[in-house]
Amino acid sequence: MFPILEKQDLTPVIHLWKIRAPRVARKANAGQFIILRHGEEGERIPLTIADWDREAGTVTVVFMEVGATTEKLAALKAGDAIDDFVGPLGKPTEIDRYGDVVCVAGGFAIATIVPIARELKAAGNRVVSIMGFRSKDLVFWEDKLGEFSDDLIVATDDGSYGRKGLVTEPLKEILETQKVDRVIAIGPTVMMKFASLTSKPFGVPTVVSLNPIMVDGTGMCGACRVEVGGETRLACVDGPDFDGHTVDWDLLLSRQRAYVDPETVSVARLHQCEGGCQNG
Amino acid sequence: MAKKEIDLNRVPVAKQDPEVRARNFEEVSLGYRWDEAVKEASRCLQCPKPVCKDGCPVNVLIPEFIKALQEGDMDKAVRALKDKNSLPSVCGRVCPQEEQCEVACVLARKGAPVAIGRLERYVADWALNYSREDDSVPSDVSPSGRRVAVVGAGPAGLTCAADLAKMGHEVTLFEGLHTAGGVLKYGIPEFRLPKRIVQAEVDYVTSLGVTIELDNVVGRTETVDDLFEEGFDAVFLAPGAGAPMFLNIPGENLNNVYSANEFLTRVNLMKAYRFPEYDTPIRSGSRVAVVGGGNVAMDASRCALRLGAEKVYIIYRRSEHEMPAREEERENAKEEGVIFKILTNPRRFIGDEQANVRAVECYEMELGEPDASGRRRPIAKPDTAFELEIDTAIIALGTRPNPVIPTTTPGLELTREGTIATDFKTGRTSRTGVWCGGDMATGAATVISAMGAGKRAAADIDAYLRAL
Repeated sequence: MFPILEKQDLTPVIHLWKIRAPRVARKANAGQFIILRHGEEGERIPLTIADWDREAGTVTVVFMEVGATTEKLAALKAGDAIDDFVGPLGKPTEIDRYGDVVCVAGGFAIATIVPIARELKAAGNRVVSIMGFRSKDLVFWEDKLGEFSDDLIVATDDGSYGRKGLVTEPLKEILETQKVDRVIAIGPTVMMKFASLTSKPFGVPTVVSLNPIMVDGTGMCGACRVEVGGETRLACVDGPDFDGHTVDWDLLLSRQRAYVDPETVSVARLHQCEGGCQNG
Repeated sequence: MAKKEIDLNRVPVAKQDPEVRARNFEEVSLGYRWDEAVKEASRCLQCPKPVCKDGCPVNVLIPEFIKALQEGDMDKAVRALKDKNSLPSVCGRVCPQEEQCEVACVLARKGAPVAIGRLERYVADWALNYSREDDSVPSDVSPSGRRVAVVGAGPAGLTCAADLAKMGHEVTLFEGLHTAGGVLKYGIPEFRLPKRIVQAEVDYVTSLGVTIELDNVVGRTETVDDLFEEGFDAVFLAPGAGAPMFLNIPGENLNNVYSANEFLTRVNLMKAYRFPEYDTPIRSGSRVAVVGGGNVAMDASRCALRLGAEKVYIIYRRSEHEMPAREEERENAKEEGVIFKILTNPRRFIGDEQANVRAVECYEMELGEPDASGRRRPIAKPDTAFELEIDTAIIALGTRPNPVIPTTTPGLELTREGTIATDFKTGRTSRTGVWCGGDMATGAATVISAMGAGKRAAADIDAYLRAL
């Protein structure tokens, strides 16, 4: 069992857990993920690692309520424990002294990019960060990302906070006006796709962190296969980081939609049960 | 004294009716009753030189346990069976006895060999249900003071761990998934190997004093070097199957094209056949094509039927004669209604507007001269392309070694195929103190061959530890 030491609601639908998992904490690096599962009937879901403390033996993850499983997880509190928490999985994000790096993050992936920005900064890079949200009520960790950024731009789709518009607009402006040696883009697949399309004409290497559907997460099942540079790769062992300019984005988007219908069934069932169903 | 009359036919075993069982996940074979088991056991001649034993990769004391069964001494039968085999309920169900112990039985020259597998299952299940004997570590074994890390709780790892524990070593079994059993849990379906049986065998291994640590992916959570630093004296690597192989044809990444590993993991490990009660979904449609001819292909096709498919095809490029699947499994699949499309090879998968697979284009094959594997090489017949309408495809072509341990463990020599170079007799690798067995050493193979590897490695590790 993996105890939840701390729970924070970063927004009404984005939650943070600090979990006691000493073995995972000891090996965790920026860009890696864990798989968790809770309850006999629970599914295995991947979550990227937002932070870790090797001394204290803790790992921090952030997740957004997007379906039945994450909605159920959101009900757990500090003092509860999760059945399974395995990792760190995937390859760490490559960190080097690239020069000028732009970190682009959208939505709850801010949590993923913070440790990456921190490592990049520590490696001697100049870091410019762009964070995008749908609206003001979803904004979180502006201060945290700011701490590791030489410059920080916040954008919201509806203009309720920061700049109005998508993250690709400030990204394009920066690429046009400044020297950029590398772009790291993490967030919803559509955002990563368009960030990659934006940087491509400038020839700036762009790393994305892919989030396909996974089952075992250890390189056995092949559910998370993606096409990169015309080759089939497994995001769980070959990634999750890949060259955004050669990812087949439309394939990834369609594979991510594969279980939309069953998910609707699960969510409906969950809500029905909240009304008092007896037999689980 | 009159010579004993030998019945050349074996006692038949009851099975669920094919039409009924093709729609449920209950076990297909119902196993022998007491009287049937004793009657079948009585066919054993108790040969002075029991060749059946030599056919078994773990050398189960076959005549001994059958003799005890003939005499009705079940405690003795259980002791004899478990002496060499820590997972007998599993082996009684999934071993290819017809090419191991039973093929060697002298009765096979004149008629049907003794149904050793069914008797093994009977005795092992009896032990699970009724045995009151404490069959954990014998009290005369003193602790060796040595610690062994076994990586992977599948058939190889469980066997190795059990043997080492019986020899007095302190064993920790590291498992990457959330439950122990490996392919016995995620791969082989409930209707062929009930998961409560697997769990009971796992519980037996822990009763021997083995500690199981779940959710630990060695190579990621801890490296092999970390294990030595933590004070383990030896490491046995049995991490099992890696990434699934695909055909590398167009359309293979469309939705509803599964690897058999993913399909079976969703169904067996995650119990997707009980969705939405269980959270993991599966999209198995009404027209399913399974590509491949091994036991895994049979398992996947029969799961698809049970998930409600109207038509399930096995697509295999050679003839049925070359199929690696056991005859029993092929017969079970056919009885249940699986359609065999042999001498057929897929060329591409075709998708609809939502990128879901809607058809597979195939062409016909014929057999030419034998190839390197000794099987006749399949050759495409020109102008034979045709489309088969499907809504689900499952690729069952085997697996590649998982790179996580080889790439994080210095000093391990690899083969050209990416498996860990291993001495077959001892399980030794190129690194002192590290042994390997199962799929990681041999590529995809059977449960019992992995168990044999675990057993041989345990013996060699024991010798190594005693010389330290």
